[in-house]
Amino acid sequence: MAGATQSLPTKPVSPFLAWWRRTSYTRAAYLYLVPAAIVMGVITFYPMFYQVWMSFTDFGIKNLRRDAPPPNYVGLQNYKDIFPDKIKLFGNEIDTFGTGKLAAKVQNFNFLRILGFNLIWTFANVPFHVIIGVLVAMLLNTQGLWLKKIYRAIYVFPMLLPWLVVATVWRNMFDQDSGSINLLLATVGGWFGVPAEVFRIRWMESIEIPIKGFFPGVPLPLSFYAMLLTNLWMGWPFMTIVATGALQSIPKDLYEAASIDGANGVQQFFKITVPLLRPAMIPATMVGIITTFNLFSCIFFMSGGGPLRMTEILVTTAYDLVRAQRLYGMAAAFCVIIFFVLLILTLITNRITKATERYDA
Amino acid sequence: MPESKFSLKNIFRRKSGGGFVEQERRLPLGKQILLQLVCLFVAFTVLFPLMWVVSLSLDPRNIARPTEFRLIPPGASLDAYKRVLDQPTANPVKFWELARNQFFLASGTAIFSVLIGILAAYSFSRFEYPGRRGIMLGVVTVLMLPSIATMAPLFVLLNSINITIGDLSFNLRNSLFGVGIAIAAGQLPFAIWNLKGYLDTIPRELEEAARIDGASPNQLFVRIVLPLATPALAVTAFLAFNASWTEFGFSWLFLSNPKDFTLAMSLWNMVGQFSGDTPWSVFSAMALMVAMPVAIVYLMLQKYIVSGLTIGSVK
Repeated sequence: MAGATQSLPTKPVSPFLAWWRRTSYTRAAYLYLVPAAIVMGVITFYPMFYQVWMSFTDFGIKNLRRDAPPPNYVGLQNYKDIFPDKIKLFGNEIDTFGTGKLAAKVQNFNFLRILGFNLIWTFANVPFHVIIGVLVAMLLNTQGLWLKKIYRAIYVFPMLLPWLVVATVWRNMFDQDSGSINLLLATVGGWFGVPAEVFRIRWMESIEIPIKGFFPGVPLPLSFYAMLLTNLWMGWPFMTIVATGALQSIPKDLYEAASIDGANGVQQFFKITVPLLRPAMIPATMVGIITTFNLFSCIFFMSGGGPLRMTEILVTTAYDLVRAQRLYGMAAAFCVIIFFVLLILTLITNRITKATERYDA
Repeated sequence: MPESKFSLKNIFRRKSGGGFVEQERRLPLGKQILLQLVCLFVAFTVLFPLMWVVSLSLDPRNIARPTEFRLIPPGASLDAYKRVLDQPTANPVKFWELARNQFFLASGTAIFSVLIGILAAYSFSRFEYPGRRGIMLGVVTVLMLPSIATMAPLFVLLNSINITIGDLSFNLRNSLFGVGIAIAAGQLPFAIWNLKGYLDTIPRELEEAARIDGASPNQLFVRIVLPLATPALAVTAFLAFNASWTEFGFSWLFLSNPKDFTLAMSLWNMVGQFSGDTPWSVFSAMALMVAMPVAIVYLMLQKYIVSGLTIGSVK
């Protein structure tokens, strides 16, 4: 503003000065961006591009030393090695571009099974969180319920705890001999005369598949169900908080009007509560999907991906490739794949969100 | 407006309305008891792990593993806490040293990412310039990625840097400083995005008025935006602190010197394959001591945190 008044025709200024004053606003904008741009450029974006380059090399432990020779360029070999050479589809075996050689270095590695498990893990968890979260929110929203405030304070408790602590504690709770889950089951079973030996369940180690044929090619061992339970404990309170906020903003008149028109509770739930909860629950669900898909802490601390890598998800596999296997080039390729999987997942969930929004309008 | 709110008519309406609601609010006793039972059951499932851990940590018998199911310990002793304070793991490191490392890591990354994040957030929120949308898209893309997905290049790159200051020489990868850099790489985009979401909700009228009076963008930022954004700064810093307080992946991958170890690593040392015969009472005491500080602050900031998280996602 000051620049504009000073550069009136009566007071001639050089073209450079005029330009300098005219762009002061934009310059300030960029100046505020500079620190973040430099820092993110160096510690975020540069490593990401470096990762793409690494994924085309055989970067290994031999290339770590500073005077070590640079790794060899291997083209798409890493990607080929990660991908299996054959895919079974409806009984037919189809050749792919992959070689599946990583499975020879890393025992029980199977990329498609890990990807499948990751998706099953995500879409088995989040619906439970949302449904239980909404049900508890409705329970706490019941008019005239006693001790509402105390329950509300208790129910947010899991959200206060870090995943590291929750997962390690639950891992001990699922211990075969001393875990509180087995001991509790044995105590309750004792009341009904069931011998305690029945409840020496090997939650984390058992390789038996309790329910077979759920998903072809993706076995779900007991540790999957144990972690499902843990993540359920951890996940629903967030959904309850989001749903409570949305429920309280629904005008009571709507329900009164509906009950005057003769709508019963179920009809009111599906015609009023669900549509009006949707705008709040869908973003929360998306956050839940992405978080659960990358839930490193739960898997790593509880089952460690075991038994036999049956509960490994993409991020825990990548961590294993770096830390235990020290295949840096291969891990880089794996992380590039994770990036694209996440991109597709985000785009799909975004699409669904937009579609339902349009449906609402 | 305020006077009409307290007008006689309104007070009457309120009272009668209130009475009507009171009548409707009464729940039949049978239904009340049924719902109370459901609520109590949910509360029990929520509190069960906590009661178990607290009970274990206070157990005076100092047993390696529980053999029977108890939620109330037979008596109480703070022996386990004493052991944790003295030497939580097999490494000769005291609890306060681990906590100090973790605190440096967490507060360092939190302050760093909020300081730089608020500048970028101001730029994104209040200016219009070529390339803005593109850069924002870049930030969001990084946000979508789990921070662990860039650990391979960070490990390799930080490993190739050796720093020598005077007679102090260390490898950046094998230091808390390097771990801090790796964490900040993931925290900064989150801080930028969270703060931008908050700045977008601050009305611009004040700034426009100040701008007409001739204030420069810098003055607007320091005098108006920064004071108004203080709660968001505190919450964002806390969230970053919270994430780094139990950060595990990078520390576990990078650090090899026991004197650099963090609380998170030590807690895992008491559970995983290296736990040996760590008594569960000691583990429980450690778990509670790690969780307590952040849980208390979380509880105090809870209202702001939840609204902040949902504002960002609803938009």
